[in-house]
Amino acid sequence: MFEKLQADFQLNFIDNDRWLMLLKGLLATLEITAVALIIGIAIGIIVAAVRSSYDKNIESMKRKGGAEYILLSGANLLCRVYLTIIRGTPTVVQLLIAYYIIFASSTNSLGVAMLSFGINSGAYVAEIIRGGIMSIDEGQFEAGRSLGFNYIGTMRYVVIPQVIKNVLPALFNEFIVLIKETSVAGYIGIEDLTKMGDLIRSRTFSAFMPLIAVALMYLVLVMGLSYLDDRLERRLRKNER
Amino acid sequence: MSGKSKKEAIVRIEHLKKYYRDHTIHALDDVSLTISNGEVVCIIGPSGSGKSTLLRSMNLLEMPTDGHIYVDDVDITDPNIDIDKHRQKMGMVFQHFNLFPNMTVYRNMTIAPEKVLKQPKEQIDERAKKLLLRVNLGDRGEAYPDQLSGGQKQRIAIVRALMMQPEIMLFDEPTSALDPEMVGEVLDVMKTLASEGMTMAVVTHEMGFAKEVADRILFMDAGKLVEEGTPEEIFEHPKSVRLKEFLAKVL
Repeated sequence: MFEKLQADFQLNFIDNDRWLMLLKGLLATLEITAVALIIGIAIGIIVAAVRSSYDKNIESMKRKGGAEYILLSGANLLCRVYLTIIRGTPTVVQLLIAYYIIFASSTNSLGVAMLSFGINSGAYVAEIIRGGIMSIDEGQFEAGRSLGFNYIGTMRYVVIPQVIKNVLPALFNEFIVLIKETSVAGYIGIEDLTKMGDLIRSRTFSAFMPLIAVALMYLVLVMGLSYLDDRLERRLRKNER
Repeated sequence: MSGKSKKEAIVRIEHLKKYYRDHTIHALDDVSLTISNGEVVCIIGPSGSGKSTLLRSMNLLEMPTDGHIYVDDVDITDPNIDIDKHRQKMGMVFQHFNLFPNMTVYRNMTIAPEKVLKQPKEQIDERAKKLLLRVNLGDRGEAYPDQLSGGQKQRIAIVRALMMQPEIMLFDEPTSALDPEMVGEVLDVMKTLASEGMTMAVVTHEMGFAKEVADRILFMDAGKLVEEGTPEEIFEHPKSVRLKEFLAKVL
């Protein structure tokens, strides 16, 4: 029994330096996730800002009319279309469309994957942040405005600090989902962690070792993120009282 | 129109209307009034009569459908004026305090003078200390709102607004969310403020306070300004049927 496992280990990881494949795969997964995360947060913040500014200010802007009103209405509509499409279709399908249709002429599949996952994640981040803003009592906005803060100042000094603390758990949850979702990158020929594990399996005809190894590696990544989340939340809570 | 008393008036409201749901509900129905410098005006009336809406219109937390509101002779309903500048001159105290829960009492008080007025820190500090002492909370500067009682919260909310050195203070049912034993401490602060000559507009259910402190009382019902007068006129010699009915219920 033990010898069989040892032989399996030798075959799947040591022979032909196959462990290097896993390492490379891990690196690709981390790269895609990291860049997608940054893109996602950037998009998320912008979309959430547009959507909640629209909800909060459109009445007063309507009275003023003019370019600002048209601009914000247009931006809001665009954001809604974006959210509907991204949240309404599977990530894999988006990835395939990005690779085979939109960026068909590109050979940089890694870049396409980063962008595609980033755009996907942005939709979820946007709704998380918007939900966080909505969850802040209207009285907080009114108190900020009545003290003479403009809309931006109220958001910056009063609302956002409270939002960050509220959305942190949901945001980390989204990051965890993102890490695991990048496992479909193999669909467009990227050799990420999952793909590499599967490649080893297909070469050694031994499924157990490589697939369990891949699973464990994801698990460790996610546990690391959870740990980070815990610490951050605890620190923010300490600041409160 | 009201040209003679122009210099005195801090707030002048002309034919203010507020409709909800496609003009079927009249929250404010052609309300006109003036609040002069140093005056304490209490707004009373049954719930849903539009008194809070009227008060909140004065710094445009509520957007009127029609009519004009002049603050220091500037029409703040004009979409092109800088409303933030005007709000700085108008302190507002809410029924539910609306303190910032993530900031200390001290930060609640100093953030707006620091970020909006950009005043020097020492000046803000000094003012904050004085104000905290004035409301007997000199030792609670580092506390968070959650650690305060309702009465303490509201007193902090009042001094937070005073930190901006406003020309007028708007009170929107400042004691309605308080336990009965805490109402007094908040009213006391407001009385002191009134005696010091602060211009105040107070929406309240505290008839005793209105009687004692108000220079003028406005009675509202169904979005209309039904009757106005001195406390004596309102409480001793009410003219309209609606006011008589209202007083019979609350007194």
